[in-house]
Amino acid sequence: MAIYLLRRLGLAVITLFLLSLIIFFAGQVLPGDPARSILGPLAAESAVRALDHQLGVDRPLVTQYWSWISGMLRGNMGESYQYQSPVEPLLVTALVNSAKLAALALIVIIPLGILGGVIAALYAGRPLDRIITLTGSSAATVPEFVSGIVVIVVFSVVLKLLPPSAQAQPGASFLTQLKSLILPAIPLVMVLFGYIARMARAGTIEALESDYVRTATLKGLKRVVVIYRHVLRNSLLPTITVIATQTGYLIGGLVVVERLFNYQGIGNLIYHAANAKDFPMLEASVLTIGVVYMVATVGADLLTTLLNPRQRTGAFR
Amino acid sequence: MTATEATAIPGPAAGPLSAVEVEHLDVTYRVRGSDRLALRDVSFQIGRSESYGLVGESGSGKSTVALALTRYLPRNGKVSAGSIRIAGRDPLAMNPAQLRQLRARSVSMVYQEPGKALNPSMRVGRQVAEVYEVAGLGKAEALERSEAMLRTVQISDPGDVMQRYPHQLSGGMAQRVVIAMALASEPELLILDEPTTALDATVEAEVLDLVAALRQELDTSLLFISHNLAVIAKMCDRVGVLYAGELIEEGPARQVFDQPRHPYTVGLLRCLPRIGQRKDHGRLDTIPGFLPPPGEQQAGCIFAPRCPIVEQQCREAAPPAFDTGPGQTSRCYLHEAAKDLPRSTPADLQLAATPTASEPVVTIRNLSKTFNADGHAVHALAGVNLDIERGETLGLVGESGSGKTTLARILLALTAPDPGSAIEMDGQPLGGELRRRSPAQLKALQIVFQNPDSALNRRHTVRRLISRPLVKLAGLSGSALTERLAELIRSVRMEPRHLALRPRQLSGGLKQRVAIARAFGGGPRIVVCDEPTSALDVSVQAAILNLLADLQAKEQVTYLFISHDLQLVRYLSDRIAVLYLGRLMELGTAERVFSGPHHPYTEALLSAVPSLDGQRTQRIRLTGEIPSAANPPSGCVFHTRCPRRLASGICESTEPALAEVEPGHLMSCHIPIDQLTTLQSYEPTP
Amino acid sequence: MTETLAMPPGVVSTSAKRREQSVWRLLLTRPTFVTGALILLFWIVCAIFGNQIAPHSPLAQQLLATNQPPSAAHWFGTDQLGRDVLSRVIVGAQTMLVIAPLATVVGTVLGTALGLVLGYLGGVVDLVVSRVVEAVLALPAILVIFLFVVALGVSTLTQVLVIGFIFTPLVARTVRSAVQVESQLDYLPAARLIGERSLRMMFVEILPNVMPTVLVEFTIRLGYAIFAVATLAFLGFGVQLSTPNWGTDINANYVVLGAGYWWETLFPALAIASLIIAINLVADAIEQVLAG
Repeated sequence: MAIYLLRRLGLAVITLFLLSLIIFFAGQVLPGDPARSILGPLAAESAVRALDHQLGVDRPLVTQYWSWISGMLRGNMGESYQYQSPVEPLLVTALVNSAKLAALALIVIIPLGILGGVIAALYAGRPLDRIITLTGSSAATVPEFVSGIVVIVVFSVVLKLLPPSAQAQPGASFLTQLKSLILPAIPLVMVLFGYIARMARAGTIEALESDYVRTATLKGLKRVVVIYRHVLRNSLLPTITVIATQTGYLIGGLVVVERLFNYQGIGNLIYHAANAKDFPMLEASVLTIGVVYMVATVGADLLTTLLNPRQRTGAFR
Repeated sequence: MTATEATAIPGPAAGPLSAVEVEHLDVTYRVRGSDRLALRDVSFQIGRSESYGLVGESGSGKSTVALALTRYLPRNGKVSAGSIRIAGRDPLAMNPAQLRQLRARSVSMVYQEPGKALNPSMRVGRQVAEVYEVAGLGKAEALERSEAMLRTVQISDPGDVMQRYPHQLSGGMAQRVVIAMALASEPELLILDEPTTALDATVEAEVLDLVAALRQELDTSLLFISHNLAVIAKMCDRVGVLYAGELIEEGPARQVFDQPRHPYTVGLLRCLPRIGQRKDHGRLDTIPGFLPPPGEQQAGCIFAPRCPIVEQQCREAAPPAFDTGPGQTSRCYLHEAAKDLPRSTPADLQLAATPTASEPVVTIRNLSKTFNADGHAVHALAGVNLDIERGETLGLVGESGSGKTTLARILLALTAPDPGSAIEMDGQPLGGELRRRSPAQLKALQIVFQNPDSALNRRHTVRRLISRPLVKLAGLSGSALTERLAELIRSVRMEPRHLALRPRQLSGGLKQRVAIARAFGGGPRIVVCDEPTSALDVSVQAAILNLLADLQAKEQVTYLFISHDLQLVRYLSDRIAVLYLGRLMELGTAERVFSGPHHPYTEALLSAVPSLDGQRTQRIRLTGEIPSAANPPSGCVFHTRCPRRLASGICESTEPALAEVEPGHLMSCHIPIDQLTTLQSYEPTP
Repeated sequence: MTETLAMPPGVVSTSAKRREQSVWRLLLTRPTFVTGALILLFWIVCAIFGNQIAPHSPLAQQLLATNQPPSAAHWFGTDQLGRDVLSRVIVGAQTMLVIAPLATVVGTVLGTALGLVLGYLGGVVDLVVSRVVEAVLALPAILVIFLFVVALGVSTLTQVLVIGFIFTPLVARTVRSAVQVESQLDYLPAARLIGERSLRMMFVEILPNVMPTVLVEFTIRLGYAIFAVATLAFLGFGVQLSTPNWGTDINANYVVLGAGYWWETLFPALAIASLIIAINLVADAIEQVLAG
């Protein structure tokens, strides 16, 4: 098992390395000169060149990459072009903010999705199942800003129940913060529900149709016991992996939702950085997202391995 | 002949205490909006402590009977008529609580694929204990009783096994666990649905013996469902024959198999190879036609479309059950005439003389293959030396782990052998990979796979499937191609209208014919037949085997015939090679290998296989499981289970060489041949 | 001899041609398919004949009648520049239904080819390329698309190519799994034994068998393509043509949401939602029919 762990971590590290390469070199390919972006179109050529030199963008690419990545690893993420201040604190605050929003969404969606999927499976083929499945898949593909707008219009403009902006005043109470996060969480929940429910449903159906559930039922066990002890234990395993991969969609949704609700999270940060061609900020935040995603996936893999007896123990004899 | 009143079903005293009473049972499935009858007017009884066999091919509805009895039909199935009584109670009228009780106390079921019948995330011990907990025992006591039960099913270290997960059990062990679970509740009725089909021959024998012993001990009634008539003959007192959802014949097992009284039963029995039958004389008979599609309603006898002695009355009204002997009934107006049923295929084949000069067409020297599984080296084959002679059928037998499939794959270059192995054809070396072989070599070697559903590209038409080898290997085109295609179709007894169809529209037998036509299209010299009939019904098997024999005679090909079914191998093969754990144990003529003297492993294998012609007096019991190929025993790999192991210890220390003990008979055993002859001369194996 | 039929309980077998027809018939009986197809059809008609159907010109600005709520004259009200929202919604279908399908086709074709190669060849090639694919997929697709469009510009071609290229690994992953399942079957070694070459193996032997998967992937990706185009537009990177664009309209008008002018953003949003849901229903129906 330990070998598997190491191998998995190794693969993750390789992937991250590749990712950092892609990010860095993509940044290099983009048109636009950093110093020019900072100083503006009217600055003198010499000033631009001087700033370029100061920023270190005229060094060979490999050197630039190396100083960037080693800085990253040490926690020094460079200076933002836009704000002329270190990237790190801005990034961290934004990350925390996004984490709050993501956490709220996940807390709601995990039980909801699993419950929805299991119920759909238990009533497979019947109307309840179709409703849950179709609602799920439709909600999943409606863009977050669309559902966000509908939700804002209904709850904020028309009913005036909840605030349209997610950014609570600094220092506001937990409850106030929560209240402002409800609306933005809804589009995120909608997007995630479909996929999680579908996986839970598929896993449960497969378990329900299996031979071992037949054995359990024919032993004379109560249906509830069969479902709890035999079905769920086997069906929820693949769902765990899925939840981790959903962080990808979650993060993607953050860009849109944070923009729509004017929330200072990492999505918004990326948006502004991309528009302003603020490479240090951009590259650092994108890499951070990659790391978060990798951590989630590896974590899910590990969890699945731990829970799956087939992988925990060896094969027969 | 006028129809007599349907007689009451005879059998043991049908008192209120018989284990099972089924009367006029109809089961319907709802498929795509229409109802299909899966079982029609099925009636039978199983008395206390009686063992009843239900025999049928696929689509006969035999599994549906089991599902109906336990009330576990799928959502689209229902009992549309008739009644069921288990130990005097009616499962169809029960509420959920009563049903649970019935399942917990009175009925248990064991089926195919024991590994899948166990929850992969739960320890084995816990799963067995569940049965006791349902009966009301506490957790600790349940575990204790489980351990005792596992010992009863001959698991030697029950404490250890209880801690394992299902994937850590071998097939035989898993099935024993399932049997333990089934019998733990001491049910009145034990239903077994193809319980040993997925197991090796020697393991199967053990499990069947176990079931028989336990049944005696616990006085349980048995409903044994199988397509394998020999197993049913061995295990059951009475038997019922199902055809397309109807019970067409019933009676004491021995009687029904020796003196069948329904044209279907007669035909079915003639499809199976018996002692003394060989491919060129005493050919297998076949049943013409196809199984009716499920649920097709028709007036008259359900077998009428395929019956050689059908008369007008048969088509008009379904026959009732006629008394044909003590305790035996048959649903046929012409049951008297059934025993002299005319054959559909001639009994003897005019064969061109097979070339007697047996020069080897393929020589295999020192063939080894090691796989790497998770860091362990698995020796699938170790130092096999073998010759395949021109024009012969070489049967390759062995259980799982024997390496027979690997050998075939290496021969065809689907897998590469270990360095140091040498395979030659006509004196030219055969490359380990397909691209290293010459076009002539590719043309010369072909294969017929076991499962035609997997072996035929389901998106291609029959025409394309058979034409490709003609184009690629035989280099035909245009009118030559069309001609040869037509010829091939005829030779496998298909019709031109089949060409436009796709595999999914064909029955199993037809699909396999397409596969055979494809194999023969390029004009091969050697055809590997890898379990070519295992996936087919009994009645279809015979036709395919006859076809293979005919083609061999016509095209003068050499066969490498791989099968786990010893009766088939004996029928078709000239010589037989016995493999065990990647080593060649014995090689000789079919005659010799079967009648002896033979290798102790061959002896055990033969004694484990049930035969329709009656049991041998002695059974060689093999102890333990087949060892893992990753960790083969020292010396002779068979020594750990060999009942004739020599006291001198040589079997543990030294691997015996393959030696010619008689002209044309090779064996890998330390025991000298004359000693074997003496030891093995009990009632000569037929 | 009687007609040959396949036997698994309850499968009615028909000739090949009848099977194709029955697929259509099955689809048409499903309410999900019909609903989805009708909505889709409606939007397609809007895309093609939009300019004829729309009550007003979508570009006509009426600076005296800005931000009017829905009324008899303007069913969906007017926006900040006094343009008729209904007309803009109708004609806006065009942009959506040009870029999204094109991008999906690009992604599906390339993705299928890649998936076939990776699944069939396996080995080192698969190992290496899969690593790269995983690296790319470590980032949310929409994010990557967004970043590329920011960098490369907002022309139609860019969007089609970027979205298409991002879809390629996603489709490839699914197709690769399907190919690996096929590789367990015996018809592949049988074909190799006849001497078929790799290219033929992939495209003539395997591809027809994974087509159902490809088809379902296509329909799913189509939904996501619309998702991507709309999101890009919302983020300010919609294609800048004179034709109205639902996402861009939302982007422009959501600032006045606080003032209570909800119709300017709601109706384009509902249009997007309905189109996506329609495609979803169709995809779901196709998946059900092909599976069952």
